[in-house]
Amino acid sequence: MLHGIEHVFIEQSLVAAFALVGGLMLLSNFAAKHLTNGRVHGSAIAIVLGLALAYFGGLYTGGKKGVADIPALAGIGLMGGAMLRDFAIVATAFEVDVAEAKRAGLVGVLALALGTLLPFLVGVATAIAFGYHDAVSITTIGAGAITYIVGPVTGAAIGADSTVMALSIATGVTKAVMVMVGTPLVAKLIGLDNPRSAMAYGGLMGTVSGVAGGLAATDPRLVPYGALTATFHTGIGCLVGPSIFFLTVRALVG
Amino acid sequence: MIILGVALLATCTLIGVYLGDLLGAALGVKANVGGVGIAMILLIAARVWLKNHGRLTKGVTFGVEFWAGLYIPIVVAMAAQQNVVAAASGGPIVLIAATGSLVLCFGCVALLSRFGRRPEDDHWAEHGGSVIAGDAEELPPPKGTDAKTTVEPVRDASASAISAGRRL
Repeated sequence: MLHGIEHVFIEQSLVAAFALVGGLMLLSNFAAKHLTNGRVHGSAIAIVLGLALAYFGGLYTGGKKGVADIPALAGIGLMGGAMLRDFAIVATAFEVDVAEAKRAGLVGVLALALGTLLPFLVGVATAIAFGYHDAVSITTIGAGAITYIVGPVTGAAIGADSTVMALSIATGVTKAVMVMVGTPLVAKLIGLDNPRSAMAYGGLMGTVSGVAGGLAATDPRLVPYGALTATFHTGIGCLVGPSIFFLTVRALVG
Repeated sequence: MIILGVALLATCTLIGVYLGDLLGAALGVKANVGGVGIAMILLIAARVWLKNHGRLTKGVTFGVEFWAGLYIPIVVAMAAQQNVVAAASGGPIVLIAATGSLVLCFGCVALLSRFGRRPEDDHWAEHGGSVIAGDAEELPPPKGTDAKTTVEPVRDASASAISAGRRL
């Protein structure tokens, strides 16, 4: 019986994922309404639940892809993978107000520049404080603080060793998780309630998964504006990480 | 036709990602540079063009908005496959680097969001918001627009009473 159900889940992986995530959303919306009196978005609870499941899934399988490493839940990997994620992000652009987006264009560019430089500096400072002295390791850890893709791309380009790469990726993933959970908590404080600040936020936070989750949990109307700038962030990071940033660090550290 | 909306979305995504790859290669980067962003701009342009030519049919709109409505569930599925174990066991260096950059960037958002004006009221993009939130239900009418406001609350109240009754 149980084996039969597992067989269906494996064979119908994406369909099973739709059903499971739908159930999780239903549960989260119910919890949001009745346990928090509507103060917390149902999607925020769903995302935190998803992260918690990913934690236990990772402990259980020892893999890197949360619950998606469990064969019966592999469909979650497809549903939440980069392909459908990007497809859905593009679809949200259908709701963008062109005038608002244009008006915030300059702020978005400024945010992208700051969002690449500031995390790198923090990462570099932390790496130095923890006793790293070589330019390659310092740059790789700094790049990881930009996003968890910029870290390994930079590290691979400049020849970092695998321990440093792992640290760099872990920094990026931690940042993404913290962005997802932290955004709804600080949204009011940082004025994240209009298209302009959403574009600034997307450029500054960068990490697409963090921004996608953080805005979904805060206010769905903000999603396309934040995503518009965030999607340029990783590319820019991969551009400057192994080049300008590495050369500057090497010149300073020697 | 609904498939035309889905196909439009797919085509914009493919072209955008391809251009992002080209841009990455041109810059000598081993990554896609802004592919999704380019795709979003293409889709916005396509919507404006279709609207101006009177071809933005219900089917096309539905084909795109269906996927926009699946956005949040997809993000939840994405959250469920993050490497949270690695994040949780990274140690102090990871935690300090991540928290530090996060706090600094949140601060910058607060600074940047002070520039320029905000939308006049809180009702901007309500349709878009409800689409992305995955609500297919009709929105309640904006408050204080016309004489109907006196009638609407009554209808709302009766509607919620009906649904409350169903729950019982």
